[in-house]
Amino acid sequence: MDSLLSSEGDSQRTQYPYVTGTSVIGIKYKDGVLMAADMGGSYGSTIRYKSVERIKQIGKHSLLGASGEISDFQEILKYLDDLILNDKMWDDGNSLGPKEVHNYLTRVMYNRRNKFDPLWNSLIIGGVKNGHKYLGSVSMIGVHFEDDHVATGFGNHLARPILREEWREDLTFEEGVKLLEKCMRNLLYRDRSAVNKLQIAKITDEGMTISQPYSLKTFWNFAAFENPTVGAEGSW
Amino acid sequence: MFRNQYDTDVTTWSPAGRLFQVEYAMEAVKQGSAAIGLRSKTHVVLACVNKANSELSSHQKKIFKVDDHIGVAIAGLTADGRVLSRYMRSECINYGYTYESPLPVGRLVVQLADKAQVCTQRSWKRPYGVGLLVAGLDESGAHLYYNCPSGNYFEYQAFAIGSRSQAAKTYLERKFEKFTGSTRDDLIKDALFAIRETLQGEKLTSSVCTVAVVGVGEAFSILDQATVQGLINEFEISGEEAGGAAAEEAGGGGADQGGAAVEQEAAPMDI
Repeated sequence: MDSLLSSEGDSQRTQYPYVTGTSVIGIKYKDGVLMAADMGGSYGSTIRYKSVERIKQIGKHSLLGASGEISDFQEILKYLDDLILNDKMWDDGNSLGPKEVHNYLTRVMYNRRNKFDPLWNSLIIGGVKNGHKYLGSVSMIGVHFEDDHVATGFGNHLARPILREEWREDLTFEEGVKLLEKCMRNLLYRDRSAVNKLQIAKITDEGMTISQPYSLKTFWNFAAFENPTVGAEGSW
Repeated sequence: MFRNQYDTDVTTWSPAGRLFQVEYAMEAVKQGSAAIGLRSKTHVVLACVNKANSELSSHQKKIFKVDDHIGVAIAGLTADGRVLSRYMRSECINYGYTYESPLPVGRLVVQLADKAQVCTQRSWKRPYGVGLLVAGLDESGAHLYYNCPSGNYFEYQAFAIGSRSQAAKTYLERKFEKFTGSTRDDLIKDALFAIRETLQGEKLTSSVCTVAVVGVGEAFSILDQATVQGLINEFEISGEEAGGAAAEEAGGGGADQGGAAVEQEAAPMDI
């Protein structure tokens, strides 16, 4: 039995996360897809790094945003670099779009979890190919879906309710950025791992851009922030 | 016993720079019953001649569906053709599993050609004795490829392989320029006409041919016999009397009538 359980010898891979990034959110808008993520990297609960780029370009038509283990994300980027390079080497005019990248990542994530060695990430894939918008997500155990707006981690609890209320198909770029900033500000207020340094990425049929890092205006003098236990007597 | 001293195995060169075993494999393609293919911007049609081995047997299947967007027609050793279509099917399924999208036709054809090429460079192997017309649809449109036992592959507007295929080629060469803009039904019609050319006077009926189509909004499918017969009747192309014209045409074209021993000057690699 022992030998069955440790068939790989005594080696152990990173089966628990060390440095992690928090939520990513993505939305479709009029001309394509927008994505936002902050740049914090937490070592356990210590915010250890503050310039981690968690949104990357994949090939010509896709953006990938990641939360979770940063080194696992870097490993995934390496897989995708190989994938895109091989695709390019055919040099036949065909190219992998966001849908293909999303499905590929689903296979990778699910395969790794079946080896009991998951890549500890939640991923968001957005893109536009031939005028067709695509936005989807994959979890560390391979759960995958598409939607008009997606988020990982805390974003599912704090950002998506806002998106469900306010998201529209015909959002302009400016409106989309405003909406994402509203979500990110909420996350910043309530998610202890979030930092006030974020990037927003845009992808359309014309191409993609990932913004320079910037900060949101905040206001910490709300009564509830100053005295959080008012009206919550008997709790902590 | 041997045609010459350089043809005992695939990897031996002749002083003239030829690989006889590979050429013999390509000869097997010429002996097989004919298969043709033609394409427009949106559709590809494959058709083949069904020849039963004896009065008592049925004919062998020569057109295979590989995936919803790809199909092949073969000429030569049917057994080899089936092995290769199984390989193609499995490649399509694997690609679909990984990417949830159809494998680009050109890529499948390259993989297939590489597989055939390996057999021309290993002393313990033999080349596949089959030619494949690969019809498919992908992002970049409709495609028709010919894969040869030598590992060469070519993209065509229209092509014919197998015995008496020269007659069909002549027909296709005369008309291919208008195929680009053809409708699906026009392509099928031209496919039937081209097939008839290879029959050399034998009557064209739905029992001696198979037709298959793939195109925009239409998954690869083999037309059922009743449909084919309906089309033959509609176009009135069964006529034996047209056989004379066909023979004339083919005579002008020259080359490999009857698939009998053909004297070859140039290496047939550049087929």
